[in-house]
Amino acid sequence: MKRVQFEHSSIPYLFIAPQILIIFVFFLWPAAQAIYQSFLLEDAFGLSSQFVWFRNYADTVFSDSWLQAAGFTVIFSVLVTFLSIGIALLLAVKANEVIRGASTYKTTLMWAYAIAPPVAGLMGNLMFHPLIGDLYKFLNAIGWDFDHKLNAFDAGFVVVLISVWKQVSVNFIFFLSGLQGIPKSVTEAATLDCKSPTRRFWTIVFPLLAPTTFFLMVINITYAFFETFGIIDTTTRGAPGGATNTLVFKVFQDGFRGADLGGSSAQSVVLMFIVLALTVFQFRFIERKVHY
Amino acid sequence: MQNINWRLISTHTILIIGVLFMSLPVWVAFATSTHAPETILRNGLQFWPGGHFFETYNEVLFVEGGVMKKVTALAMLKNSLILGVGFAVGKVVISMLAAYAIVYFRFRLAVPLFWVIFMTLLLPLEVRIIPSFQVVSGLGLLDTHTGLIVPLIASATGTFFFRQFFRSVPDELLEAARLDGATPWRFFVDILIPLSKTMIAAILIIMFVVGWNQYLWPLIMTTKEENYTLVIGIKQIYQILAEGGELPQYQKAFALTILATLPPVLVVLVFQNWFVKGLVESEK
Amino acid sequence: MASIELTGIHKTYPNGAIAVRGVDMNIDDGNFIVFVGPSGCGKSTLLRMIAGLENITSGTIKISDRVINDVSPADRDVAMVFQNYALYPHMSVRGNMSYGLKNRGLPKTEINDKVEEAAKMLRIYDFLDRQPNQLSGGQRQRVAMGRAIVREPKVFLFDEPLSNLDAKLRVQMRIEIKRLQRRMGVTSIYVTHDQTEAMTLADSLAVINQGKIEQMGPPIELYENPATLFVASFIGLPQINLINVRFDGKKLNNGEVSLGGFKGLPTDTDLVLGIRPDTLSEAKPAKLKLRVDLVERHGAENLIYGTLIGADIADEDATEFCFKSDQHDLPDIGSTLKLNFDPKQAFVFKKSNGERLV
Repeated sequence: MKRVQFEHSSIPYLFIAPQILIIFVFFLWPAAQAIYQSFLLEDAFGLSSQFVWFRNYADTVFSDSWLQAAGFTVIFSVLVTFLSIGIALLLAVKANEVIRGASTYKTTLMWAYAIAPPVAGLMGNLMFHPLIGDLYKFLNAIGWDFDHKLNAFDAGFVVVLISVWKQVSVNFIFFLSGLQGIPKSVTEAATLDCKSPTRRFWTIVFPLLAPTTFFLMVINITYAFFETFGIIDTTTRGAPGGATNTLVFKVFQDGFRGADLGGSSAQSVVLMFIVLALTVFQFRFIERKVHY
Repeated sequence: MQNINWRLISTHTILIIGVLFMSLPVWVAFATSTHAPETILRNGLQFWPGGHFFETYNEVLFVEGGVMKKVTALAMLKNSLILGVGFAVGKVVISMLAAYAIVYFRFRLAVPLFWVIFMTLLLPLEVRIIPSFQVVSGLGLLDTHTGLIVPLIASATGTFFFRQFFRSVPDELLEAARLDGATPWRFFVDILIPLSKTMIAAILIIMFVVGWNQYLWPLIMTTKEENYTLVIGIKQIYQILAEGGELPQYQKAFALTILATLPPVLVVLVFQNWFVKGLVESEK
Repeated sequence: MASIELTGIHKTYPNGAIAVRGVDMNIDDGNFIVFVGPSGCGKSTLLRMIAGLENITSGTIKISDRVINDVSPADRDVAMVFQNYALYPHMSVRGNMSYGLKNRGLPKTEINDKVEEAAKMLRIYDFLDRQPNQLSGGQRQRVAMGRAIVREPKVFLFDEPLSNLDAKLRVQMRIEIKRLQRRMGVTSIYVTHDQTEAMTLADSLAVINQGKIEQMGPPIELYENPATLFVASFIGLPQINLINVRFDGKKLNNGEVSLGGFKGLPTDTDLVLGIRPDTLSEAKPAKLKLRVDLVERHGAENLIYGTLIGADIADEDATEFCFKSDQHDLPDIGSTLKLNFDPKQAFVFKKSNGERLV
């Protein structure tokens, strides 16, 4: 807190009011509604509802389809996180090494951040399109009997690929920033102490990037959980048979398409807890900052 | 000498592959968008631009029914722009005011209100989609710009960002201002805001991109085509394509993706330094 | 034997800036040589080229008669102490000191012995298991030195290692470094911009200016026999007094000042006369008149600054003429001092190229 503060009585309330107001109306009230609705069972026309306690949770949340979505979400998140972090790290390290063309490389690797997930999804979708998609044809040509409409693995492949593609830019930017935070003299001292660049990377650079890496892991998992909705909605839509459903997508699907308000709300509440866990984890482990 | 050269070559190779990996899809999208649909159907995706650039983009942008059933891409572009700018500006204004209140004032509800703001981090849109829709619908704000922008701007990230920044401003500044007789409002306007110029720019840039790229919220609360943003139009075009019908207009689909991508990419490229700064600072 | 030989070293940066223009140098084994010069003169660049941290545009560097231009830094058998210590933040002191040896494949027990011995020598034995961020500046600097010592290299390189320490610590560390080097007998190159460090540490001193060596030799030699105007004004505290003069065949003249005792100087060129403050005296006859502006009392001696009457000073940065006197000499401000000096102790330089004529 600041050492010196104003002690006026009304101004701060005035300033903070807009945000608080919006939060109450559009965040807290809907969240409360979601919790309330998760205990209800509505009929098909939304005319009457029954308070059923935790039945929605039992029915929807721990059903097979939910568990399938949960399983996929976990695998998906892990894959996307590791792949996009790995690729971005490699590119960041290399981009930090070169002198000639450095800024061009950096710019071209960065701008993909600006592409919206659904746009990336559509592009990817068309590239995997059976009729016109080069990637589709290419994969089939090299012997992979590729069909993402029918095969769960292939569908997963498409979704993971597009998600990783989109996320590389963000990780790249943060890794670059992290790399530039390592004092030049430390890496120079390392050149005098260690001949092999690879070894230097793993013993000096990578440990010093640990805070960034940790932080990006949380960001990426959050991304994979939530922001990939746009990608899935424009590519597989959870097909085939719910194999590429993420938990978020399922909430949307059950709620808006399936009109299962109760079940969808129950899932929302569960998601809330997952977010809570992720946030606590982030603040506990990251904010403590692995600092040297 | 030998060692150095090999290393340099491999480094550049890796980087070039990376660049191609990241850029090729968009280039192909653009190139394909400039061809006639028959070409695309026959030969698949195109790597080189064709001759239909003006024709396609003209249809998509200006002709009613050119890409969607009614609305033109130009109209959707306008909607996206309003969303992007409105979101960015709204976010900055709200967060700055709230952060200022929290950092510079000692008032009774400060701590609980701070936690209220913090709570928004636990409640991403995806978790409260349906009730949010119900609330907005109940307020009669469906299909309005207000309803589109306002619910999005109150999340904590902007406030935390400015809070962190304000805390780094030296106390002496406020002390000197008070000695000069500045009221809280004057201090905010005359001193704090000018000091924050770079930060504000950075956040505006990032938030413009974020706002422009909003998907889930616009998807559920715009029901009429004329209120679609470009990004939502993408979704709809997918439906149209998927439904097959006559000649699938792939080139228009790609054209739409290019249009949806161009403004935020341009912003990121032109304001690259601010963008990076904003991204790195705001996520901390 | 670790002699160092530099031949025709040039360094030009890709943007065209020339850092080093033609340096030739021979350093004997066991010598402690100091590179000194103003910021940006190229002394650090030279050091870094020897370390392998900068590319050499042209010329050769040999260590013990082995050309090392293309040898990677880790293979050159040189160790470096950086200005900001450059300790590995995520390793303990022990880790920092063992890292280089570990990479060279030494057995653990041997590494341990070497590390502990160096730690004892530098009095950091108790800190071996601490992290760098738990140490003070002086302690960190000793760890940095320990890291260099453990390697038992052929050459020690120091890049302004004491700049970040406070004054008192600097003096202490200076002595320690000199003592250490003498004990270990390793060829050392030390870069600094601090004249006192340079004069006290060096066996051999190289004054570097704009990428060239102005003069190289034992410190006292540079003090008593500067080869150029630059060396004369760079070495010597307080700075040498410089007066623009012209020779008329018999005397050096500037305005009202006319000084005899010089001969054989060119008459049609601008010259600069250099007189060290400690070679001035108040004996008769008076050759120069000084109007006193300031008296600095330094305890055992006084520095009297004033404006030279009737002549202009050659140095744009300094406007005051300096006279070193003993502690009892306390003239009034504004009074006039009459000063004498011995022409044989003065230097005359050509103004255009700084070359020393007398």
